[in-house]
Amino acid sequence: MTDNGHNVKFWPGNIVVAEAAIAAGCNFFGGYPITPSSEIAHHMSALLPRHGGHFIQMEDEIGAMGSVIGASLAGAKALTATSGPGMSLKLENLGFGYMVEAPCVVVNVMRGGPSTGLPTHPAQADLMQARWGTHGDHPTIAIAPSFHQEIYMETIRAFNLAEQFRMPVILLLDEVLGHLSEGVIPPEPGSFEIINRKMDTGDPKTFLPYNVEKEDVPPFRPYFDGATWHTTGLNHDATGFPTTNPEYIKSDMERHIRKVLGNRDKIDKVEYYMADDAEIGVISFGSTARAAMAAVKKAREAGVKVGMLRPVTVWPFPKDQVYEFGRDKKYLVVPEFNMGQMVYEVERAVHFDRPIKRVNKVGGVPIYPNEILAAIEEVA
Amino acid sequence: MAFDYMPYIRQEKMPHMWCPGCGIGTVMKSMIRSFSELEWAPEDIAVVSGIGCTSRLPGYLNVNTLHTTHGRAISFATGIKMHRQDKHVVVISGDGDGSAIGGNHLIHAARRNIDITVIINNNNIYGMTGGQYSPTTPLGAKAATAPYGNLEPSFDLVKLLTGAGASFVARGQVGNGKQVAQLLKKAFEHKGFSFVEIVSNCHTQFGRRNKMADPMNMVNWINDRAVSERKWEKMSDDDRAKHFPVGVLHEDTERPEYCDTYEKLIAKLAEQQSA
Amino acid sequence: MHFEARFSAVGGQGIILAGTIIADAAFLEGLQAAGSPTYTAQVRGGPTKVDVIVDDDAILFPRTSEIDFFLSLATKSYKQFGVDLKPGVPVVIDPNLVEIPKEHEELYTIYRIPIIDLTAKNLGRMVYTSAVALGTMVALTDVVSEESIREALKRRAPKGTEMYNMKALDVGINAAKELHATMA
Repeated sequence: MTDNGHNVKFWPGNIVVAEAAIAAGCNFFGGYPITPSSEIAHHMSALLPRHGGHFIQMEDEIGAMGSVIGASLAGAKALTATSGPGMSLKLENLGFGYMVEAPCVVVNVMRGGPSTGLPTHPAQADLMQARWGTHGDHPTIAIAPSFHQEIYMETIRAFNLAEQFRMPVILLLDEVLGHLSEGVIPPEPGSFEIINRKMDTGDPKTFLPYNVEKEDVPPFRPYFDGATWHTTGLNHDATGFPTTNPEYIKSDMERHIRKVLGNRDKIDKVEYYMADDAEIGVISFGSTARAAMAAVKKAREAGVKVGMLRPVTVWPFPKDQVYEFGRDKKYLVVPEFNMGQMVYEVERAVHFDRPIKRVNKVGGVPIYPNEILAAIEEVA
Repeated sequence: MAFDYMPYIRQEKMPHMWCPGCGIGTVMKSMIRSFSELEWAPEDIAVVSGIGCTSRLPGYLNVNTLHTTHGRAISFATGIKMHRQDKHVVVISGDGDGSAIGGNHLIHAARRNIDITVIINNNNIYGMTGGQYSPTTPLGAKAATAPYGNLEPSFDLVKLLTGAGASFVARGQVGNGKQVAQLLKKAFEHKGFSFVEIVSNCHTQFGRRNKMADPMNMVNWINDRAVSERKWEKMSDDDRAKHFPVGVLHEDTERPEYCDTYEKLIAKLAEQQSA
Repeated sequence: MHFEARFSAVGGQGIILAGTIIADAAFLEGLQAAGSPTYTAQVRGGPTKVDVIVDDDAILFPRTSEIDFFLSLATKSYKQFGVDLKPGVPVVIDPNLVEIPKEHEELYTIYRIPIIDLTAKNLGRMVYTSAVALGTMVALTDVVSEESIREALKRRAPKGTEMYNMKALDVGINAAKELHATMA
């Protein structure tokens, strides 16, 4: 970050999300005020009309999610942002988004919970909610960046994945990252990839909104584009109309899951830190991963052979990478700012075959590096 | 005049799922008639609904149609309209979907005066889920969850929407389909948030429990209570209790439309930026 | 190099900007910076603070734990935020507004600088408080150069106020230097 310093923006994480969303081509935001995510809405309300886009503060969280899906079906690249209770409220319409395959990005700036919990304090306790929050089977893509430059790039990637796979993508931040200011150098426009949803180019009169004969992601046609198509939250067939045919529903659900799990090479992202020759493995994500990295660094300085894997894409969980990383480790340490959620995935990924030391914390004060260092030293 | 409904109907989706004699048919026919008279191209219209018998209507319409979650249609419609302000966006809803679970979206869309038409087919009951009482079930009427008579006072949707700021508010009833079509046409033409309540019959779920199992009995019960606004004005309170006014009941053409206001902001900011 | 600074006050004293200027100055020197202000919903006129971390390497854990410089403009903010300080570090307090526990006199190097009075007397407008406060840090630490702070402050200063901001910075620098000379 040398760049003679003039291009470095000292932005809170929430502002980074908003700026990156605009860079990704976002032209619609529907939101509702909630701490600690509100600055995303503040900034979008200022930026969008300057870019010809539309911002609306809806009457509630549910409506915000609805407006985002509506705008998406009309062709917009849409964003919403929320926290804790707001995410809980959005879940039904989030499921609708999966069902109708509406690309959009949903930011959850995690705070303590359940219920009203700790509005101005961080947590990482919505990891499982991101995966299983809405009812029914469905695949999930969720991304949890750790550093502000990464937040910028991962916000763009969230839009890209949403567009590429026609589905909501969840971006998990937390209060630490949302309110922390850090240096960011916004990349030059054109220097990063922007993916837009694949459009149907056939005859609008014969358009099938869920034509998946040739590919798992149906080509899109926005409303008012010549076709008159239908979609519904009911299980539907290629025409978009309801079906109760068990075989069709089964194959369609398999397609939904396949379009994510069959494209893991485009979705997965993990980062390693001091992982060479490590005998102890630390696995941590989001803001807590930063404390974990600080602890790993200190432990290395003291001669402990410890390294780290940091899932950036947290859903689908990088189980193969965690297996490869974890299978030969003497001990695994899993710090997360909750009572234990990711650890279940880690246990499964290493086939319940490795000893795991959990480091958990709740109460609004983040896990400090020394707490993780103590855990590392305990198992070293 | 002979009238061609076919361009607006998905014929392959017929027969429809509604009970014989259901009032929703009149609503759908009236919508199509108005679309046609206004010469709105099917591909320029989006009809959005929530959950319930009425919310199945879009499936039969050959326009852009979106069948959303329970109560939330207006929020989806808001996103569509803001992104494509040049197009026509209509929400069709039932009394339970629109004024109970969706009540918050209803009043706030009215307050914003966003250029969407919301039609509520008010049949005083939750039909699809099995005849439970809704916010418009009359006091004392029987329902699946009010076996001893409804204990709750009901909403007057026209007053509710007028109070919330809708710039066009009308009420029709299924006993007079011609008037319903006229009211819908005016609502569609209105720039700003327009609301049309259509008092309708669910003889299956409401009528059966309230001695009107025959559709005509229930339509007559509705039709006999409908009066023009002029008549309504002259009525005593006792008389009013047995009737309801129909027609265009509130209209305000001065109130700024939300999308217009937003576009003006975009233009102003662009001007400032280029200056 | 790893440096942690904390500026604390009560809501409305406008101290948060100091953190931004330090970060900008750090960026100018090719350093990394991270800052966490108290979130506004947490304060509402109560004690506020801004923490800034400057490092020549990537900042991993972004919260402060061993503070190298602390400044306070109110007793209640001193009480709440005067923690996690390294022994012996410079602590700047406004003697008209801050009372500190006796044992802190031994624990830290206390600089009593009447920042609010100095701002009022020399600048006439309290918006320059953070620049005066910043000046004291420039004089008492060497985390970033005076030139970088000046450059960063100029860039952030609203048009027409650059001169006053430079003057405010000098007021802070000189007051701290003079006091430091008498203490040495």
